[in-house]
This record gives sequence, C-alpha cells and structure tokens, in this order.
Amino acid sequence: MCSRSLRLIVTVALLSLLFPVLGKARDLRVCADPNNLPFSNMKQQGFENRIAALIAKDLGANLTYVWQRMGRGFVREYIDKSKCDLLIGIPSNFRPVLTTTPYYRSTYVFVSRRVRRLELAAGFDSPDLRRLKIGVQVLEEEYAPPGEALARRGLQAGIVGFDTTGDGAESIVRAVARREVDIAVVWGPLAGYFARRFPGSLTLTPVEPEVDPPGLPFTFAISMGVRKGNLALRDELEKILAKRQPEILNILDEYKVPQIPLISIARASSVN
Amino acid sequence: MRSPAKSASLGWRNGWSRIFVLAVLQVGLIGLQDAPAESGLVLQPTVEQNYQPRQYQGQLEPDDGQWVRPAKDYASTRYSSLDQINAGNVKNLKLTFTFSTGMTRGHEAAPLVVNNTMYIVTPFPNNLYALDLTKPGAPMKWVYEPLPTPASQGVACCDVVNRGASYDDGKIYYNTLDNQTVAVDAVTGKEVWKTRVGDINKGESMTMAPLVVKGKVLVGNSGGEFGVRGWLTALDGKTGKIAWRAYTAGPDKDVLIGHRFKPFYPQDRGQDLGVKSWPPDSWKIGGGGVWGWISYDPQLNLIYYGTANPGPWDAEARPGDNKFTAGIFARDPDTGEAVWFYQFSPHDLYDYDGVNENILLDLPINGQTRKVLVHPDRNGYVYVIDRATGEVLSANAFAPITTSRGVDLKTGLLQYVEEKRPITGKVVRGLCPSAPGAKDWQPSAFSPRTGLLYIPHNHLCMDEEDLQPNYIAGTPYVGANVRMYNAPGGYGGEFTGWDPVEGKVVWTNPDRFPVWSGALATAGDVVFYGTLDGWFKAVDAKSGTLLWQFKTGSGIIGQPTTYKGPDGKQYVAILSGVGGWAGAIVAGGLDARDESAALGFAAAMKDLPHYTNKGGMLYVFALP
Repeated sequence: MCSRSLRLIVTVALLSLLFPVLGKARDLRVCADPNNLPFSNMKQQGFENRIAALIAKDLGANLTYVWQRMGRGFVREYIDKSKCDLLIGIPSNFRPVLTTTPYYRSTYVFVSRRVRRLELAAGFDSPDLRRLKIGVQVLEEEYAPPGEALARRGLQAGIVGFDTTGDGAESIVRAVARREVDIAVVWGPLAGYFARRFPGSLTLTPVEPEVDPPGLPFTFAISMGVRKGNLALRDELEKILAKRQPEILNILDEYKVPQIPLISIARASSVN
Repeated sequence: MRSPAKSASLGWRNGWSRIFVLAVLQVGLIGLQDAPAESGLVLQPTVEQNYQPRQYQGQLEPDDGQWVRPAKDYASTRYSSLDQINAGNVKNLKLTFTFSTGMTRGHEAAPLVVNNTMYIVTPFPNNLYALDLTKPGAPMKWVYEPLPTPASQGVACCDVVNRGASYDDGKIYYNTLDNQTVAVDAVTGKEVWKTRVGDINKGESMTMAPLVVKGKVLVGNSGGEFGVRGWLTALDGKTGKIAWRAYTAGPDKDVLIGHRFKPFYPQDRGQDLGVKSWPPDSWKIGGGGVWGWISYDPQLNLIYYGTANPGPWDAEARPGDNKFTAGIFARDPDTGEAVWFYQFSPHDLYDYDGVNENILLDLPINGQTRKVLVHPDRNGYVYVIDRATGEVLSANAFAPITTSRGVDLKTGLLQYVEEKRPITGKVVRGLCPSAPGAKDWQPSAFSPRTGLLYIPHNHLCMDEEDLQPNYIAGTPYVGANVRMYNAPGGYGGEFTGWDPVEGKVVWTNPDRFPVWSGALATAGDVVFYGTLDGWFKAVDAKSGTLLWQFKTGSGIIGQPTTYKGPDGKQYVAILSGVGGWAGAIVAGGLDARDESAALGFAAAMKDLPHYTNKGGMLYVFALP
C-alpha cells in the first residue's frame, strides 16, 4: 500500500515535470456522450472515439474529452461557450454549428427476426407491417421519423416506444430478438452494432424509399461539427477526413454501421 | 409547457416539444396581421362596455397579513386585505430593501412571509434564503442549500426555474429541480426531511410550488411531455413518506379512479380511459405532468389541479383523447381519489397544457350563486366550472383564437378548427394562441372589491413551418420549426381586468412582451404585476390605469406578494430576474439569431436583450 502510494506520487511528480512541454501541444477538445455506445463512452470504446483519435493524431493534438449527454441547450452551453471544439457525428445540415462535408451516410433500418421472412420491399407501405408491434425510438419529445411514417399510415396502434440512450441503448434491438415486438425501425449505427449480439437471428433492411413525402427523411449524411466561425478548424478537418476516408470507413465497418454511398449528399439530405 | 420545465430552461416549456421553435418575433413587423386575416376565423375577447364594480358576495379566508403560500389562500385569489397602500398614495411607494440571490436564471418564486421572516427559493440550485424582517435592511438569517444534481439542468424544459415554497406547521416545503421534495425547519433552516419523488433519468424534473393540505404536501412533476408519465404525489408533512400518488394516465387504479369518480360529461366516463384513449402502451410515456397550481376547497374537501399536454408532439402518433392530459382533476386530498375530471383540450394539438391556476369563487351565474372555479387556459378561454360537479358554465375567449371556434357548453367539447390542424411536413400558419398558450403558468389574482380577475398573459400566434434536421444521442431526425410572433395589434402580451361573471374584458394593458409575472390584488384597489423588460407596476384595480412603476434590474417573471411588517406597515415584494421560457433569451444568453433557441420563443423575443439583463434580486417596497 505504502509503496504503491509512493509510486503514485513519483509518477505525478514526473508528469508535472513533463507538463510544461506537453502544454505546448495543441488540445483537441471533443464533446462526447459518456455512455452512448456504439457512438462513444468514457472508456473510448465507441466508433466516434476511434475516429476522434485518428483526427487528433493527424492534427498533432492532444485529444481531450468533455463528457456530456447531448440534449437541449447543448450547443449553446458547450460549443458556443467554447467548452469544447468538436462534435464527431451530427447531421450534415444541422444548423446550430458549422459542419464539414459528410464523411458517411446511414439510414434507418427495419430490424426483424430472420425466421419471420417479412416482406419489406414496399417500406412503410408493406402489407406485412399491418397488425405488427413495431419498435420505434423515442427522442425526447418525439418519436424518431419512422413513428411519423407509421402514424401517417394509420399504424399508430402498433408503435412501441423505446428509449435508446445510455444503458437502454440495446433495448429496441433486444426486444426484436426476444419477440417482445415483431419488428423495429432503428437508426442504422445502433441497429448494426447491437444486432451483432444476436448472431444470425436478425435481418436488417434499409428503409426505402429514403424520403417519405412530405419532408420525412430516413437517411442522413453525417459530418463533424465545430463552432460557427471556426473555419480554420473546419478546413483542417475536411483535409484529414478526405485523406483518412479509407480508415474511417474501416472503423465504421468494424462497428457494422449500415452505410449508403455518399452521393449527391446535398440533395439527398435536404429536408426542405 | 411546454412551459418550460415546462418552464425551466428554454424551449422548453415544459411543454414544448417539438423540437425547434423558431421564433421570429419581430414585434409589430411580422405580423400578426397575416395569420388571422388569412383564416378569416378569429375569436376575439368581448369588451364589457358598462362595467360596474361588483362587490364579491362570497367568503374569503381570514387574512393575517402574512403570505404563507404562493397563491396566498387555498382559493388561490392572490388577494390581500391590506389597504395601507391605495390608489391615492401608491405613487409615493419607495424601495425599502433589496437582496441579491447571486443567480442569473429565471426567478419565478413568490416571496413568502411567516412570523416576520421572508423566505425566497431561487432557481437551480434551489437555495432557500430566510431574511429577518425585524431588523433594518432585513439581513439574512440563514440559507439552506439542497445541492441538487447539476445533471437535472439538462432535463428542465424551459429554464431551471422554481415557482416557490409553501409554509405549514413550522416548516417550509419546496421542490428541487432534481425531483426531491424538502422540508426545512422555518426557524433554524435545518433540513427536516428530503424525499426523492422522481427520476431525472426518465426526463422528470420539478419546478412547481407545493400546496400543503391537512398535513399532506402535494407535489407534481415536470419534464418534456414525451417519455415522462405525469403524476401528483402526496407526502406526509411530518415524515416525508409518500401517502399516495395519482398518475395522469394509465389504468384506473393508477389514476386513483374508483367509485367516487363522477365526471360531468359522458366522454370522461368509462373504465380505464387513461389506457383506452391512447394507442397501446403509449400512455406510459404520454406526458401529462403536473407542474402548475393546486387549489383547495375545505368545505367540499377537494383539491383542483390541471394536467399538462400529451406527448409526443406529433398528435397523429397518439390517436384518441389522451386522457387524462390537458384537463383538470378534482380529488380528495386525504386519499387522492378522483372525484371528477374535465378535459380542456382533448387530444391536444398545440401544446395547450391544462396546468394554469384555478381560482375558487362563489359567483352569481344565471341568477344563482354557484360554487365555481375560474380557470384561464392556454387554449385561450377563461372557463367557469362548477367545482362540485365539473360542469362548464361558461368559456369565453380572453385572447385571439384561431385554433378553435368555441366550447360547446352542452357537451363540454372544445370545437377544433380542422384547417388549423398541424400535419408534419405541411406549413400551417396563423395558429393562435401559440404554444405557450394565451396564458402560460403566470398566475392571475382576484379582487372581491371589484369582482375582477387580473390576468397576466401572452398575445402570440405561431406558424408551423419546414422541418429542420436535429439529433439526440447520435440519432438524427427532423423536427418542425415553430415560429412565434405577436398576435394582431403588434404586441406580445397583455395585463387584463376580466369580469368572470360576464366573461368579458373590462380593460387591458398591452405590453411589448408577454406578461410573464404573476398578479397581486389588494384591498387598496391597487393591482401589481411586472414586465419582462423589468418594470414593476401598480395599476388601478377598476380601470387598469398605471399609478406607479419602478424599473428593476432585470426582467420580472416572479410573483408579487404583500405583507404587514413588524412595524405595522404594508410592504410589497417581488423577485426580479429574467428567464423562464419567454425570458430565456436573456437568462440563458441565447443568441437571438439562433432560430432554434428556446423552442422558437427566442425569435419572438429577440428585442428583449436590448431592454433588460439577467440577475436575481428581491425588491421590497413601502410608503415612506
């Protein structure tokens, strides 16, 4: 015990000697959710943590995290007040921040049990959806976009809401595997990551068409975001994202993020 | 809510949900002129031409010159019989002392006065200050700091406000943002008990002021309407143990509906309506928080309180009446049993919470004295309801209304206007009242000397526009932009003298911004209220004429109170400190160019930072 404390003190002392040197290096302060796999967590096990590390390395910066769940007022309190510099994954046309060109694009997917062989080619108009219990993510005050699409078709009675943040992230996919619901419509990165835990038993089908008119998209291009006006950092990031695209796509593949090619992003992701 | 928690941080009204409200409030510019004209269907309040003061014939509680609960008495009149300050001398009113809370968020609480001590609850972190009124300058006696978890700030919808405390049996009771009800010894400032009644991880927070009835502390929850399941809970005042909890939605046993439940209208009768009027299971996350006011009638032994709007915002996703949200319950305070319910806005489409105050009065209605409650609702009508039975006796517009064409007094049903139904992805313009309602949480006062109800309120409309991308915890989605603007006339708020018997406006004072403070009526025929740009005003109770005003350091969203000091003089107290949903643009330091700020309210309020700054301060006035 004693010697361990001693060692700790020595280490701390050494670190503080080193610190003036390290202090000269640049800091990259990333705002990230402390408990939100597959995106991020404090153990830095999420794909956004991996991508952040890659970026920081190319920037020659120290990667530091400001851990914060992103809810209302988040951009104002953290980005605008300069408590952190970077958001790793946000919709490309999210207006409160300055965004980079998109570095991947994903989609909401139907998650169903393979053995049910549901016919989902007609998307939300598929006759197979009628009379099913359908899991939908609850996002603060609203259902995720698939909830709206179901409501438009008179299928509200089938909706079962799931909180998919923090410790409950897996719940919606698990509910399909355990037959608590017949099917779920889940944002791709969540679905891909948690479906792995039920190998061979689940099928993921991208929602098509990509937009339910009027104005309801199911695919989103994803960018990094910085404080408005921080063009210098945004430009640096864009160069790195272009250069590291293969590595980034590899990371996304590792986490089984369903991806859609990044074409005509501006148009595809426009929701006007 | 959405009066943010529904009134705590922004946009958050507690009620708002949809995501972004983009408000463009360009006072007087965008106008209100379009909306209503385009629809051709606007209900406007009727003005009473030959008003004569009508002395109130009912009984009010005896007044000891103190102020022990936010609404003064159980009937929630906010009326004081003190008359030293009157219409003739109020012009001489002078500042006596001030006290800084050192906090910069919205200050909505009422200063209480008990045994020559003043008690003030601050916004998060919800400190309780006791000031000694027997000494010059009212020095601080003690401060109680409950240290709520900082994470609760992210849960509150509409600024991290607190609406104050109640005194009973030697203790001050209030709620913390992180869902704890606390009892503090009123003399020593020591905590007597603290009970956690809600969970921030479920999106719950607490902002309302408790009411203590027969030794039970009645408290309710706030929070985004969706995901949270609303409830009213009674705690034992001595021990803090939960005595009963009545949910807003769910099976009858959870809502405490039993054999005594006899609603007046057939649509509110039936088994398990709190389940059947929803898509399967969605009542579990359907909102209906209890973040407003509670009144109590000792003779009928009934409490009255309103329930918040249902979730999600997208009404298409929750077909049905969504009971028992956006309505009012009468319950037995001893057991929590429901006795009647009436729904102001069945299947709410516009964030019209039913949580506003209920003033219990005995009024002459059609030649008969009826025991009624008077309720100015977010949906734009002042309801007069028989408080024994739940029958609606009248419902008259007190602000411009385009979303409904009236209330059918036979069926009790709100008559929605079909063309104004919001459909996602479709632009719908000219929705009046806007999401914070014709009136949000800001409580009215009643004077028995004039027979008038004094209503601080909003004068806003909104458009639902295009969809904007957003994301929560990694998941992207789109939400509608809501844009709020001043209703016809080009101003954002009013302070109105209202005759509840005739259902008409006697006088009204327009204000540039929504009038977000409470009202205070006094026997001196002076009525007090504050404005978002910081003026504390005294007006003539009969005519509304401005008699006196004082510019405080920040915008006013607090509740004025009055009391007799140890020196026998009458004092008037108000907390200044802008914030709340409406004032969040100042208190939260929002960028007025950010359209999404404060769920769209910021746009409507974008001039406000030119008029006031943040900072919490108590102001107490008296005659020299």
